[in-house]
Amino acid sequence: MAIPVQSMTGISNARLNVEMNTTSFQKKSRSKLLSIPGTRPSFQNGQLLVSTGTTSLDYVIGGGLAVGTLLLIEEDVFDSYSHMLLKYFLAEGIVCSHSFLIASAGEHPDDILQGLPAPVLDDVPKDEIGKINQRRENDVSEESQDSMKIAWRYQNQPKVQTVLAASSRFGHYYDASKQMSAETFESAEYYPFYLPAEVHLKYSVSSNIHIGYIKLLRFIQGVIHKEGFDRACPQSKTRNILRIGIHSLGSVLWGDDICCKDDPLYAYSLTKFLYGLRGLLRTSLSVCMVTVPSHLIQNKAIMGRVTNLCDTVIGIKSFNGSEKDANDLYKDYHGLVCVKKIPYLNSLICELPDTRDLAFKLKRKQFTIERLHLPPDLSDTVSRLNKQDLAESSKLLRMGCGAAATGKKHLDF
Amino acid sequence: SFSAPNSIISLLHNLSNCVLLSESKTDGSFLIHHFLSFFLKGTCKVCFLGLVQSFSHYSTVGINMLQAREKGQLVFFEGLRNSLDMLLPESDASDAEPQPLSFLRWPSTDLRNLFDFVNSSLSQSENDMSRWASPVLLIDDLSVLLSLGVNPTAVLDFIHYCRMAVCSKQQGNMVTLVHNEDDLGDEDCDLVLHALTHQSSLILQVHGLNTGYCRDVHGQDKFQLKRDHTHVFQYKVHDKGVSFFAPGTSSAVL
Repeated sequence: MAIPVQSMTGISNARLNVEMNTTSFQKKSRSKLLSIPGTRPSFQNGQLLVSTGTTSLDYVIGGGLAVGTLLLIEEDVFDSYSHMLLKYFLAEGIVCSHSFLIASAGEHPDDILQGLPAPVLDDVPKDEIGKINQRRENDVSEESQDSMKIAWRYQNQPKVQTVLAASSRFGHYYDASKQMSAETFESAEYYPFYLPAEVHLKYSVSSNIHIGYIKLLRFIQGVIHKEGFDRACPQSKTRNILRIGIHSLGSVLWGDDICCKDDPLYAYSLTKFLYGLRGLLRTSLSVCMVTVPSHLIQNKAIMGRVTNLCDTVIGIKSFNGSEKDANDLYKDYHGLVCVKKIPYLNSLICELPDTRDLAFKLKRKQFTIERLHLPPDLSDTVSRLNKQDLAESSKLLRMGCGAAATGKKHLDF
Repeated sequence: SFSAPNSIISLLHNLSNCVLLSESKTDGSFLIHHFLSFFLKGTCKVCFLGLVQSFSHYSTVGINMLQAREKGQLVFFEGLRNSLDMLLPESDASDAEPQPLSFLRWPSTDLRNLFDFVNSSLSQSENDMSRWASPVLLIDDLSVLLSLGVNPTAVLDFIHYCRMAVCSKQQGNMVTLVHNEDDLGDEDCDLVLHALTHQSSLILQVHGLNTGYCRDVHGQDKFQLKRDHTHVFQYKVHDKGVSFFAPGTSSAVL
C-alpha cells in the first residue's frame, strides 16, 4: 500500500514521519510508519529494521539492520564465513520478497544466486513459498482445492497450521547444506552487477575514483531511481526494500590496489565510493551489506577511514588453519566475531551489547553467535603453565579485535 | 545535565572561540548535538556543515532544525546528498555555479568553494545583524574530508580562512569535530589534529575508557581551556542528553 509522504528536503532513512513536531530531546512517536514485509521498527528509536538473515547477528547489532545504513563485514582469511553471511543476507531478501542487487567482481552474481542456502522448510512450508511468488505477481487467483463436502465449514482454513505467514516473520533459518530451489528465486526482483562485464579495468581520469566503483555507484543509483526506492517520484506499486550485497569490495578484482600495496596509488577511491554509497542509502529505502578483505589491507589508516564511513562494522576471524584450531578449548566454535562499530542513528545512544567477546559457530541450520566463554579446564593434567598459555592467547585474540583491556596480568585463583 | 561543563561552555558566548572536539575510539557526536542546540537557543546564526549524516538525523534528536532553517537562523549543508552530484555528474560540462564539494570531481580545486559557501552563509546583512547574535560555524566532521582525499594542508588552509572570517572578523565561534586515531598511523589525521589543538581555545577530547568497554560509563571527556587547567569528566549518554560526573563517581558505582 502506498502511503503518501510529503516531500521534505533532507529525507531520512525510512523513519518517514509525516510531520516534524519535535520539542527538545523528546523521543518521537511512531506515527505512520510503513509496514513492509520483512521489516519491523526498532524498539529503541523507531528506525525501520530488516533482518541480516542471521538472527544472532541481528541481535548483536541491536535488533537488525536499519534501513538506509551500510553493514561492513571484514572477511575471514578464506572468505568462507563472511561469504555465508552475505548469502544469508540475500536469501533473507528472497524470503521476505525484497528486491536485491548483487555486485561482484570475481564470482558471477548468477552463481552466487544459485548457491544461496534453502530456507529451513519446517518454518517455510511449500504453500508459503508458493504464496511468496504469488504475492509478487499480485495475482490473487484462487488455489484449486478439493471442495469439501462434509466439513465444508473448514474449506477456507489454511492447509498447514502456521500461526504467521513466513515472510512476515523477522529473521529466518537457512539450511547450509541445501541450495535454494530455483522456483523460490525465479520471480525475485534481482539486479546483478558483474564487474568484468561492465568495464575493462583502467582508472577514470575525472575524479580519481576507480571506474569500476563509478559504474557500480551509477548502477545502484539507476536501480534506486528507476524502481522508485527513493521517494523522488510517487510509486504506483507497493513500497519495498532494496537489499544490496557487494562481495569483496576493495580487492584486486575490483581493480583497487589497496589490498596489494602499502602505499597505494589511489588510496581514496574506495572511501569516495563508500561516501557516495552512504548518500544513496540515506536517501532511499535500501540497505547494504559489503564484505571487504580487510586482512589484505596493509595500511591500517585506510581501514580506519573505511570504518568511519560505514554504519555497522563486524569482523570475522575464523579458526581454520590457525593455531587456535588445534586448541581444545576453541573446539566448540568456528571463529570469533568482533563488533567494531554500531551506529548512532537518529538518537544520542545506541543499542550496545553486553559483551564484546563473541564467537560463532556454523551448524547446518544455524549460524550462531554467542558470548565467548572458555569452559573450565577439568582435565587431569591441568597445570599452571597451561592456564598461562590460554590466558595469553585469549588476550591476544581479543587485542586482535582491538576493543579490550591492555593489562598483562591476570588474576589466577 | 551538563552543569560543570556548562559553565565552561557558557564562556563561549562572550569570546570568539575556536573549539575543537576530538573523538577517539568512541562516538562524540552527542557533543555536536549539544553545541548545535546551545547556539540555536542562544539565537546565534549557525552554519552547519553536516558532512556525515542526513538532516533528519540531526533534527531527530530534538533540536527543531526545520524551524531554525525556515527562520533563516540555520544554514545546513548536507554533504551526503550533494556529493552524488559531484561523484556521478549528469554531464561532462562544468556547472555554472561553483559547488562546495567540487574537490570530489576535480581534486585540484581544494576547499576554496566550501569556504566561499561558509562565508556567504555567515556574512550578515543589516537585517541579520539585528536578529541574530554572533555567527557560528559547526563542522561534523573534518576527518571525512581527509578520507575523501583532500590534502591536509588544504584542510588547514580552509580552517584558517574560516577562523579569520568567523572568529576574527565577526567575533563568532567555530566548533570542529575530528577523529583521533593515533594508533592507526594516519599521518594526515595526526597533522590536522595537532595543528588544530594548537590553534583552539577550548578542546574537548572524548574517548572510550582505557579499561575497555563499559555500559554505565560510556567514556571520558577532557575539557581543556587554553591557559587554564584541564578538567576531566566521565560521561554516560542517555536518550535525552548526557550526564557528566567526576571520574569514579558514576551512579553505577556509588
